[in-house]
Amino acid sequence: MSLHARVVAELPDFRLDVDVDIEDGETVAVLGPNGAGKSTLVKAIAGLRPLDEGVIRVDGIVFDDPDTGVFVAPERRNIGVVFQDHRLFPQLDAVDNVAFGLRARGMSRTEARRLALAWLDRVHLGDHADQRPDTLSGGQAQRVALARALAGEPRLLLLDEPLAALDAATRAEVRRDLRTHLGGTKASALLITHDPVDAYALADRVVVIEHGLVTQSGGLSEVTTHPKSRYVADLVGTNLVPGTIDAGVLRTGNDVGIAVPADSPNGPAFASIRPGSVTLHRTEPEGSARNVWSVEVVELDVRADRIRVRLDGPIGLVAELTPSGHEALALRPGDRVWASVKASEVGISEDFSR
Amino acid sequence: MIAVLMAGIAVAFFALPFFGLLWRVPWSEAWSLLTEPESLEALRLSVYCSLWATALAVVFGTPLAWVLARYGFPGRRIVRALCLLSLVLPPVVGGVALFAAFGRRGLLGDPLFDWFGVRLPFSTAGVVLAQTFVGMPFFVLTVEAALRGLDRRTEDAARTLGASPWYAFRRVTLPAIKPALFAGAVLAWARAFGEFGATITFAGNFPGRTRTLPLAVYLALESNPGQALVLSVFMIAISFAVIVGLRDRWLGGSGDGDPT
Repeated sequence: MSLHARVVAELPDFRLDVDVDIEDGETVAVLGPNGAGKSTLVKAIAGLRPLDEGVIRVDGIVFDDPDTGVFVAPERRNIGVVFQDHRLFPQLDAVDNVAFGLRARGMSRTEARRLALAWLDRVHLGDHADQRPDTLSGGQAQRVALARALAGEPRLLLLDEPLAALDAATRAEVRRDLRTHLGGTKASALLITHDPVDAYALADRVVVIEHGLVTQSGGLSEVTTHPKSRYVADLVGTNLVPGTIDAGVLRTGNDVGIAVPADSPNGPAFASIRPGSVTLHRTEPEGSARNVWSVEVVELDVRADRIRVRLDGPIGLVAELTPSGHEALALRPGDRVWASVKASEVGISEDFSR
Repeated sequence: MIAVLMAGIAVAFFALPFFGLLWRVPWSEAWSLLTEPESLEALRLSVYCSLWATALAVVFGTPLAWVLARYGFPGRRIVRALCLLSLVLPPVVGGVALFAAFGRRGLLGDPLFDWFGVRLPFSTAGVVLAQTFVGMPFFVLTVEAALRGLDRRTEDAARTLGASPWYAFRRVTLPAIKPALFAGAVLAWARAFGEFGATITFAGNFPGRTRTLPLAVYLALESNPGQALVLSVFMIAISFAVIVGLRDRWLGGSGDGDPT
């Protein structure tokens, strides 16, 4: 399944005008601050809000085109949606929630419930089948919502901040389920999020929306290295290093140790290192920083207010310098320098998804 | 302290007439008065008409509440006011208005007779009409409020799962407003059951045809006060039983009919 969408919507405060394309089997993350128009994008693609301008085409079939007056009702699009606030049906138990879409499409009750139960098993909730939503925890409810959206085998899955309402531990669990399904079923998906960890764990590509417009799109590493706006630099342009923590040290796949805050729980996690907290030195630093690596300058991205330096070493890193710092170091591609990061500056996101 | 006192006075105000009634009832002949043919006739008619009126209020009131709650159209406020007018109208005036519309010389009187052979005034159907006229606004008001208070995003979720608007309404919206549907139906029924003014004006007072319990009570007050008292207590008992019985089941917070 492939999606081509140009969504234009007149919102009270601004105009949303974005292009989003998803190739077959691809997961694209849409990142943006609150109020950037992300949820409106989801509504438009799902058919819950007609376009003001633009076009939505799935596999070449036009779903919405104000110019020609074509509008396909949401129930005929077969686009699954997982909402931030799970939106389960309060009067139905978990299995009937999952069976709802199958029943709506005319499947018999017995058959629909049998399939729904299988889907609940897949999100590890088979033994919660007869519970009403108000007796489920937030993470369980969101997994039921995921099973409900997947049960209809949608051609496209829209995930509207599916993890935002969950606490950190639950978020990682649901993220694992999401990754299983996005990876396993070759489904195409659009993930709305403001958490770069979600994008890193789940998406092939990111599109950044700010104030109704796409400010940047591309692969994650590309966006991390060349953030085009302050928002992207602050939020998305963070070094994320997957690994496993043991006694205050995160060990990466190629056996590099990163000292992390001593109270970090053991287990799989992402270390997030803000580029601003990476310090570069011409000579090997002596001091309190426990993470010191010899690295090579690969690329410099010089902007008026900040300079991004892509570094190659034991781990790939992006450092950010102030203009004065840049002047003092006078870096050029190919230079060998020392990069240091304080353990206390390393953020940790537990990652139960691996 | 003063508030408690005032509240006590209010309770007494509601309770005293009821106790007065109980006190005056000739209990020794209560059963024979209640089982007199005229009493039973009026009871049968009251139950029959009020249930029909409730059914009509539900069948037509639900779509009306839906339209009022969900669709913005020019003049909606006027339409809404018109539909709820009989709430505040003196019932006698309602009866006169019904007469002007459906009476022999009324707006629709001749067409109804010429085309369908129907004469509504002074008929049992006329009683149902009058009761629906005064009862339905209670239903519409209750259900409309519930629909307005409903989170439509759950319906949106249903649509993305392949549910047509009608399917979403049946399986998502209806269960969510079920308590309001029952509350509204009970209110409408209670109003229809007690209807007097519009009925006597529009449908008259014919035994077995249009003489419902309230009309029988009114009539008996002149000829047989004992019977009037017994019938009154009986009506109160029925209404009380229905309100209390349904309250716990459908309107209360703990009932199993409540989906929240």
